[in-house]
Amino acid sequence: MAKLPVTSEQLIADFGPHKNYPPREGFPGRDEPDEVVKTHCCFCGMQCGIKLLVKNNRVVGFDPWEEFPFNEGRLCPKGVQRYLQNNHPDRLLQPLERVEGAGFRPLDWDSALDRTVAEIKRIQAAHGPHAFAMLSGVSLTNEKSYLVGKFARLALKTRNLDYNGRLCMVSAGAGNKKAFGLDRASNTYADLAHAEVIMICGTNVSETFPTLTHWIWQARDNGAKLIVVDPRLTPIARTADLHLPIRPGRDSALYGAILHQLVKHDWLDHDFIAQHTSGFAAATEAVKDYDLAWAERETGIEAAKIMRAAELWGKAKTSFLLHARGIEHHTKGVDNVVACINLVLATGRIGKPYCGYGTITGQGNGQGGREHGHKCDQLPGNRDIENPEHRAHIARVWNVPEPEIPHKGLTAYEIIEAIHRGEIRGMLSLCFNPLVSLPNNNYVREAFEKLEHYSTIDFFLNETARHADIILPGSLHEEEDGTVTTAEGRVVRIRRAVTPPGGARTDTEILLELARRLGAGDKFAFQSSEEIFTELRHASQGGTADYFGITYEKIEKNMGVFWPCPTLDHPGTPRLWEDRKFATPDGKAHFNPVSYRSPGEVTDAEYPVILTTGRVVSQYLSGTQTRRIGKLVDQYPEPLLEIHPTLAARFGIANRDLVRVVTRRGAAEFPAQIVETIRPDTVFIPYHWPGRKSANQLTSGHLDPVSKIPEFKVCAARLEPLGRPEPADDARNAFASP
Amino acid sequence: MLNSQIKTDEEFFIDPQRCIGCRACEMACAECETNGQTSMIHVDYVDRYISTQTSVQVCMHCEDPACARVCPADAITKDEFGIVHTANTARCISCANCVLACPFGVPKKIEETQIMMKCNMCYDRTSAGKRPMCATVCPSGALWYGKREKITQMRPNSTPVNQFIFGEQIVRTKVNIMMPAGSTELRVD
Repeated sequence: MAKLPVTSEQLIADFGPHKNYPPREGFPGRDEPDEVVKTHCCFCGMQCGIKLLVKNNRVVGFDPWEEFPFNEGRLCPKGVQRYLQNNHPDRLLQPLERVEGAGFRPLDWDSALDRTVAEIKRIQAAHGPHAFAMLSGVSLTNEKSYLVGKFARLALKTRNLDYNGRLCMVSAGAGNKKAFGLDRASNTYADLAHAEVIMICGTNVSETFPTLTHWIWQARDNGAKLIVVDPRLTPIARTADLHLPIRPGRDSALYGAILHQLVKHDWLDHDFIAQHTSGFAAATEAVKDYDLAWAERETGIEAAKIMRAAELWGKAKTSFLLHARGIEHHTKGVDNVVACINLVLATGRIGKPYCGYGTITGQGNGQGGREHGHKCDQLPGNRDIENPEHRAHIARVWNVPEPEIPHKGLTAYEIIEAIHRGEIRGMLSLCFNPLVSLPNNNYVREAFEKLEHYSTIDFFLNETARHADIILPGSLHEEEDGTVTTAEGRVVRIRRAVTPPGGARTDTEILLELARRLGAGDKFAFQSSEEIFTELRHASQGGTADYFGITYEKIEKNMGVFWPCPTLDHPGTPRLWEDRKFATPDGKAHFNPVSYRSPGEVTDAEYPVILTTGRVVSQYLSGTQTRRIGKLVDQYPEPLLEIHPTLAARFGIANRDLVRVVTRRGAAEFPAQIVETIRPDTVFIPYHWPGRKSANQLTSGHLDPVSKIPEFKVCAARLEPLGRPEPADDARNAFASP
Repeated sequence: MLNSQIKTDEEFFIDPQRCIGCRACEMACAECETNGQTSMIHVDYVDRYISTQTSVQVCMHCEDPACARVCPADAITKDEFGIVHTANTARCISCANCVLACPFGVPKKIEETQIMMKCNMCYDRTSAGKRPMCATVCPSGALWYGKREKITQMRPNSTPVNQFIFGEQIVRTKVNIMMPAGSTELRVD
């Protein structure tokens, strides 16, 4: 039974989130640190370089790392405050076990590990190996991502391993594989500098990737025109030459309509299309009826603006298209991605200086973490778990018979559904907080309550971990060596600055010990992160994400190496496709036909308003870390409902009035923030909060049929104004789970 | 006060149009040991109802600083590099004259300590050859510190301006605001 052992209020009192602030005079020793460790921020896919100041095995401050080439010292508020996750009063310092009615009781490591292993064996003996599932996350290093993949397949022997990248960039990955045969941003951000047109599609760059803003501004200084597609006037949209305020869920209609105009006006690169692509005829056939009038009706964007975007894009000689979760979190996430890629291919602007394309990966290791095998359908090197040759290669590296590697398992949200069906009975998780981050999270919570056993590895007791039977205290980003791969495809070094405090252990140690106790110790005899990386290099060799030629030494010498890097003397590949040899079986880039279809849930008389979700600059994902850092919480303490004055007037809602937002999944109350910077048919709620303030109580579990990403970005809602402001104590209770 | 490490050819430039309201500057400023977790730089929405536009205000380090002129205790001084220093704690009588006099609204009276505090352009960093912290971390280039030739070359659509007209009063500052190319002054009223 993985229900809460005591009330969430009691758990919050014991384990937080509590807000951590530095002492007024700074932490002792900050001015005379023992060590200044050059590493990276633990948050988004930019992976900004940062120096951590260490005194007496504690991180006591930060300093900008001005030599690191991507950010040159620049940081966002999360980066400036990231050091405060260390030295945190909520830190888990010893293993814990759930005690009904009492909360969590400390126990020794041997007993904790024994109990987890006994439960795994019991459940698997009774219900088969796949009845025990594992959930992982891509804030983990490449080494840990690889280790989790191998651990689940060879030690747990389950096929049901998936990760929180399923909520992040799987639509982009699937789209890129369809079009290019490889899943990586095609260019580094240096190629933004002289792009004539930059099109930003569904990405709130200045709040979610603040340090990327500099590169876009640099391009604008050089004369670039900026097009931003977003239902809201975000800080980056405010500065755009052309803002296309799209109706949520209608993205592929816009990109189809732009392709229609490119064809109509012959803004095409015929040589490139003929020599280096396939599928152009089918892609244009699919959009032949998508004229401007149709597009205006579907997207809610004025026809003239769509035409202007097509013209800017069509006539440019150089360009860069960037997209992120805004187009990817949809039941047609993959369609939206390939519809964008079609615009890049039609104009032939790829594989050349200042001609770029890429998804902006969201999570810290969103890129590397999706390449090395902790996805349900994947083996290291971005290999396919169902491909016999791929399986044979990994079986050789792992030194196991090929049939011992399980086949494809369920995706993250499907794992939740399988728990409800009784097919999955036990769970081990790390680096994932699905009670906040998955959609329809009352349904997710009910699934966790049904588990016979749940063990989790984490450094704080996040909202999902509160439902665990056994908690194994793991490590923070700054407590283990390793590598991550940035949104540009640059593999960088994460350096251990301190060791885990108290009785906490590194995630790697915990996984290795669990493997040993599960009888697979011989496959997990790693002595260091670098040894894991060495095996990862061999496992990735010959795959599309080939890291074989990358070593720790080479990364440190060059401040990062871009994969693919197939040999030790290879310099890495900052810009893909310069040779026009695409990684598809026929060597060509593929157009994909995209016929527009509606979102999984559309508005109707009962639910007349579109609800969309996203992030704020001071918070990161499910907030396990950032809701514990005082100033980041104070900057934006609780989720607000962004609503246009026209819509607010229709419901008689005053600024800061509480509004009950109701969808088919649930209801929650938020104070209104009335702003003209959002479409009048759409409301927005940031999703970082749990419990009664969780936007994901409302979002839908409709999945993209290919990528299985949930449709966070659009659902149908009803607004019920409560006609009063929020009571003063409400914010305090906002963290409580229902 | 003379310190050979100060780079006299480097200046501070603010482009409010570029501010994305992230508050990295405030967070980084507050970390400075002399600031005791109080930020000397301030970010505010211009009018959140109509726009996400924010504006950022740092001490402009006036050529003829009103704050120093009105200080009855001579607590505020300008050094030979043009830096207007925060109040000398031994002298400040917390009268708040400077708070009222500053045309940019920069000095703040800290009630708890009864001392005026304001930006000294990270004297601890600039005197060691480093850039001020806010201009080092700013992710959008709204705050920038370096050579005038470099920023004018990098940003051809903008001109640095350091002359402000408040009614009939002209205020010249050490810190520059980036204005549309060709501008010579900013008329505030």
